[in-house]
Amino acid sequence: MIRVVLPAHLRTLAQVDGEVKLEVAGPATQRSVLDALEARYPMLRGTIRDHGTQRRRPFVRFFACSEDLSHEPADAPLPDAVAAGAEPFVVLGAMAGG
Amino acid sequence: MSGVRILVGTRKGAFVLSSDAKRERWDVSGPHFAGWEIYHVKGSPADPDRLYASQSSSWFGQLIQRSNDGGKSWEPVGNEFAYEGVTGTHQWYDGTPHPWEFARVWHLEPSLGDPDTVYAGVEDAALFRSSDGGRTWQELPGLRGHGSGSAWQPGAGGMCLHTILIDPSDSARIFVAISSAGAFRCDDGGKTWRPINRGLRSEQIPNPTAEVGHCVHRIAMHPSRPSVLFMQKHWDVMRSDDAGESWHEVSGNLPSDFGFPIEVHAHEPDTIYVVPIKSDAEHYPPDGKLRVYRSRTGGHEWEALTKGLPQRDCYVNVLRDAMAVDSLDACGVYFGTTGGQVYASADAGDSWAPIVRDLPPVLSVEVQTLR
Repeated sequence: MIRVVLPAHLRTLAQVDGEVKLEVAGPATQRSVLDALEARYPMLRGTIRDHGTQRRRPFVRFFACSEDLSHEPADAPLPDAVAAGAEPFVVLGAMAGG
Repeated sequence: MSGVRILVGTRKGAFVLSSDAKRERWDVSGPHFAGWEIYHVKGSPADPDRLYASQSSSWFGQLIQRSNDGGKSWEPVGNEFAYEGVTGTHQWYDGTPHPWEFARVWHLEPSLGDPDTVYAGVEDAALFRSSDGGRTWQELPGLRGHGSGSAWQPGAGGMCLHTILIDPSDSARIFVAISSAGAFRCDDGGKTWRPINRGLRSEQIPNPTAEVGHCVHRIAMHPSRPSVLFMQKHWDVMRSDDAGESWHEVSGNLPSDFGFPIEVHAHEPDTIYVVPIKSDAEHYPPDGKLRVYRSRTGGHEWEALTKGLPQRDCYVNVLRDAMAVDSLDACGVYFGTTGGQVYASADAGDSWAPIVRDLPPVLSVEVQTLR
């Protein structure tokens, strides 16, 4: 079981409170977690990753275990603590503005 | 009982303003989609309870929301806008080729007869259509591909397709306008397009009378007379009497012919409204006076409408999609400002009062007349 924390705007859009808990088939990677997230909540398609390229939107970041994983390859394994459900995979909107 | 519903898009959400036909007391609902930019909300002429909203954010991209109950509840529908075929390039600000990139939906135009068919004008400029209530979107690629697309160049606000007019007498005829490429028309339901910019003159481009490159801000028509078009260009208010084949200037005695919206009275096809703005460098009204100008002669002769509008220290702007009319008698006229006011006139512009004063900056105003 993977725990995912969404930013407030996307929680509102997906109509969820708190963390999302997902079962992910196979290794836990950014791609497999986001695939499972979008399968459960289709309205999130295109909000985290570009529809066509499947690349992370520029102002979206991925954090876990106090690390910024935003630039890790989409198929790289997530930290063991995330795969085990001990730590959440955090999707957040980058700080922007002044 | 008849009434009016105003659909307001702002930088931080959508608002629905409702009144009975007297248009004196207003109920304000919102913000819907709080915190998101709502470029446009529009209802279907065939089913006034069917609304479409363009919701976007720099962080999370584009969403399309649909309501089946007049804005009480909403559901997200399809948000994939994929250009058809080879994407190609347009000109970038420095003149170099730049690939077409989808940024956002500026304008949603529901079909006149089918609530499930809706057109979307997007940035980078292209026209999309959905025939399934917004679930899926297909580009009408003949517009970008007609030949001049590689020469289009974005204006300061982006290369947006912001105006879509469907001819009520012939739904195969569609007019669109793009900043800063110009106006275009098709006569075959969206397949083939051509520029309709003859008569426009823009000193800001190398060839002032070029076939494309004009910064058209808005086009309006009266449904009873779809071959007569009115245009607010970057500078100049223009008129065409032949469905865009040629244009002539009707700025007349306006204090400035720069501006964004232009609108036509619901019952008088020669009565039109603009909001003069001082210049493209100063996006606020001349002399700090917010004045709507009305022409009852289809242009040339204009009168200032000031009653109820601030006549000192006013430095707001009125954006291109932020003016609309109802079809009650007398015609109601509405506009929203970048200062968050939505002003209403229930007497065709003779007098005005704010419905709300403190919304986020207003991006768009649409009106539904409910009967």
